[in-house]
Amino acid sequence: MQRRRGLPPIQPQVLIPSLLCTHALRSVAEGAMTTPSILKPVSTPANEIFHLSLFVLLISGAIFVVVAGLLAFVIIRFHERRGDAEHEPAQIYGSAQVELAWTVIPVLIVVVLFLTTARVIFAIQDAPEPKSALDVTVIGHQFWWEFRYPGLGIVTANELHVPVSTQQRPEPTYLRLLSADVDHSFWVPQLGGKTDLIPNHPNEMWIDPLKTGLYRGQCAQFCGVEHALMLIRVYVDTPQQFDEWVKNQQQPGVQDSAVAVGRHIFETEACMNCHTIEGTSAHGTFGPDLTHLMSRATIAAGAATNTPDNLRAWIQNPNTFKPGALMPAMQLSDQETDEVVAYLTTLH
Amino acid sequence: MADQTYPIPGTLDRTPSGGATVLEWLHSWVVTVDHKKLGILYILYALCFLLVAGAEAMAMRIQLAVPNNHFLSPELFNEFFTMHGTTMVFLVGMTIIFGIGNYLVPLMIGARDMAFPRLNAFSFWLSAFGGLFLYFSFIGGFGLYGMGNAPDVTWWAYAPLTAKAFTPGHNTDYWALSLIVMGFGTLGAAINILATAFSMRCRGMTLFRMPLFVWLMVVTSGLTLITITPLTAAQVMLVIDRYLGGHFFDAQAGGAPIVWMHFFWIFGHPEVYVLILPAFGIASEVIPVFSRKAIFGYPAMVAASIGIAFVSTTVWAHHMFTVGMTSVGNTFFALSTMMVGIPTGIKIFNWIATMWGGKIRFATPMLFCTAFLFQFLCAGLTGIMLAVAPWDWQLHNSYFVIAHFHYTLTGSFLFCMFAAFYYWYPKVTGSMLSEKLGKWHFWLFFIGFHLTFDTMHFVGMLGMPRSIYTYQADRGWNTLNFWISMGGMIQAIAVLIFAWNLIRSYRYGKVAGNDPWDAWTLEWSTPSPPPAYNFAEDPVVRSRRPLWDIKHPNDPDWKYER
Repeated sequence: MQRRRGLPPIQPQVLIPSLLCTHALRSVAEGAMTTPSILKPVSTPANEIFHLSLFVLLISGAIFVVVAGLLAFVIIRFHERRGDAEHEPAQIYGSAQVELAWTVIPVLIVVVLFLTTARVIFAIQDAPEPKSALDVTVIGHQFWWEFRYPGLGIVTANELHVPVSTQQRPEPTYLRLLSADVDHSFWVPQLGGKTDLIPNHPNEMWIDPLKTGLYRGQCAQFCGVEHALMLIRVYVDTPQQFDEWVKNQQQPGVQDSAVAVGRHIFETEACMNCHTIEGTSAHGTFGPDLTHLMSRATIAAGAATNTPDNLRAWIQNPNTFKPGALMPAMQLSDQETDEVVAYLTTLH
Repeated sequence: MADQTYPIPGTLDRTPSGGATVLEWLHSWVVTVDHKKLGILYILYALCFLLVAGAEAMAMRIQLAVPNNHFLSPELFNEFFTMHGTTMVFLVGMTIIFGIGNYLVPLMIGARDMAFPRLNAFSFWLSAFGGLFLYFSFIGGFGLYGMGNAPDVTWWAYAPLTAKAFTPGHNTDYWALSLIVMGFGTLGAAINILATAFSMRCRGMTLFRMPLFVWLMVVTSGLTLITITPLTAAQVMLVIDRYLGGHFFDAQAGGAPIVWMHFFWIFGHPEVYVLILPAFGIASEVIPVFSRKAIFGYPAMVAASIGIAFVSTTVWAHHMFTVGMTSVGNTFFALSTMMVGIPTGIKIFNWIATMWGGKIRFATPMLFCTAFLFQFLCAGLTGIMLAVAPWDWQLHNSYFVIAHFHYTLTGSFLFCMFAAFYYWYPKVTGSMLSEKLGKWHFWLFFIGFHLTFDTMHFVGMLGMPRSIYTYQADRGWNTLNFWISMGGMIQAIAVLIFAWNLIRSYRYGKVAGNDPWDAWTLEWSTPSPPPAYNFAEDPVVRSRRPLWDIKHPNDPDWKYER
């Protein structure tokens, strides 16, 4: 065989695929823009957790390298070889010193990990609520989210709007978590850890998003048939955007005489039993508030985009998007459905 | 040695001939109180349910292979993951450990049967009927529309989803009642093992000469008594809530759903150790024999096992870091959970030290045990990560958690069970399992396992929660989920190879003889399969490895053991 002299020059046709590979790995590790990855934190609690997790990864990585290395060494070094099956190896029954050593070292590691963990637990969980904080009450329902802003008089669903928080002007959002029926769990990975919504057991958590944008999450505690499609969208707005959004949400529902027929159907059919539209006689609380339905990008807790076609399909049979959703098929005629959809699409 | 025959029908009779004989043979299995036959019944029963629950998992993986799939309806998916979890824990895990324990504990301590043979039979049939009762719900447990309806409230069944208001059919009742029935069966089996190990040992077998497997079965049985009790209590409370107007968990009447969580996890976390401790016992038998060395640090191994059992009863609320406990509560449970790492670490080091300086023969049982060591190391490390409460706020109920506990229950528990099959099958049937098929089984399962469960860690960190029947295409989980499903398929193929090996080798396997592995514990001194009542004469032992003493009369263990 010929000896190779020196290293071969790096060839672009090797380099480019390998760069692409690294890029692919990186995108797998962090996910796309729409991936709710815990490795892309954008708020203080999520950041603290991320840094803690790196520290823990480092320690467990070191333990892994040492122990797996020992195991690999033992497998390679001490596997049976041809011809030495004749006699047994030396029998060793144990050693108190060695046992003591590998008891004390793990104890020390546990102490370090525990102290670090305790610090972060107290830092996140017991952070005092600043005056500038925004209060939002989150109520979990089978299978959608209700968001109430008690200080602002706003009720909305599934799409949470919060202001961005900056170093100069910290404006964290404190979420009070309640449940109307069964256990749910509020989880938007980029903004923080999850906290459960348990009936008869109010919980609290806080987020302070440091970057504007749309962050996705979903219910993380099994809550029934449609648990999988109980999605959350959190819009982190600039202060101006947020003020505008608040101003709009505080208005009663739009009154457009062109769609009076649809509104009449809404108010006289079963719709009003479950839904609220401010400024009308509909004050149901079982389903999402629809006063500003068109200000939301999705319907059915994120299961479908908010288009007239989808609204129509949803009213005719919610099971098309969400088999098991608690809204019944409304049994309206085609004409009535059109009228109601026309009315709903005016609710900006 | 054991040349006596007893007029008891069916000592694993392989060739029944004629109709009357078949009936007699079947009858002998139904009425048997022999610990070996009951052990085999337990194991066969567990294997059947392993296939069933595995098939459920495969159906779920097909559903999740691509986003927005319609292979399973959400209702069926929810039933499948509930039944997969319940089946794997109670019908596969619990029955297989008590099956193997039943078969081996009397043989290993030189006893002729269990302490209470009739209780033994009673326990098995309770567990068996509990399992059949649970599966009857697929056709009998009517839900909405009067259709058959299996439990669909997850295997941890958090209140108040289990209340009549949210689960009106009978499916949850099937779940609760079958767990009560199986719970009593398990308690009986545990009491029996404790009594056997404490009062039936042969002459010379002190507690500190018991094989480690027997020690681990003792610890597991003790832990079973502690854990099954709150589970049964919780199920009774649930049934009272559903039928007698109780309000234990009914939030609308002032009850506390959190109470269910505490009860369930006081059972649920030690339950993991109930399953994994016998697996440790198996590894502690297999690794020394195939390394040709005595176990390193026997007293430390026993102490660590008891330590794990104690600590494991103080860690339950690490399943509840997200339910809004106080910061002090969270801190306490983070600490207690991390402390489990110390005795388990000691165990891993002792196993490696046993292999150190040995002559390791990588037959199939040892392959499975070596992979177990590696996977258990990883499972322990991800366990530490989950014990870090703030990180758990992110990881809890995500696929990372699923990956972690499948690393313990598949990568550690099931790998050790496979090792046990390859190791003791010759003793039970008299013929060896095929090594060639065994190697195929091992490598396929190993590759499939890592493809599936390594990947699950990542998809969990990318924010995918558990218990979801579908997911959005834009979440960046598509490729990973596809590979997870592929890995599942590879594991399924490996399990089929294993099943084929079990069936084929029964008839065509190489004749094993008494002691095919050149091993050291008492069961290898009997013929394969052992005759009824095991030992014609009561054995007398002087050390932990009685057969080593016989094989090495000049260099016996009892000279050196402390």
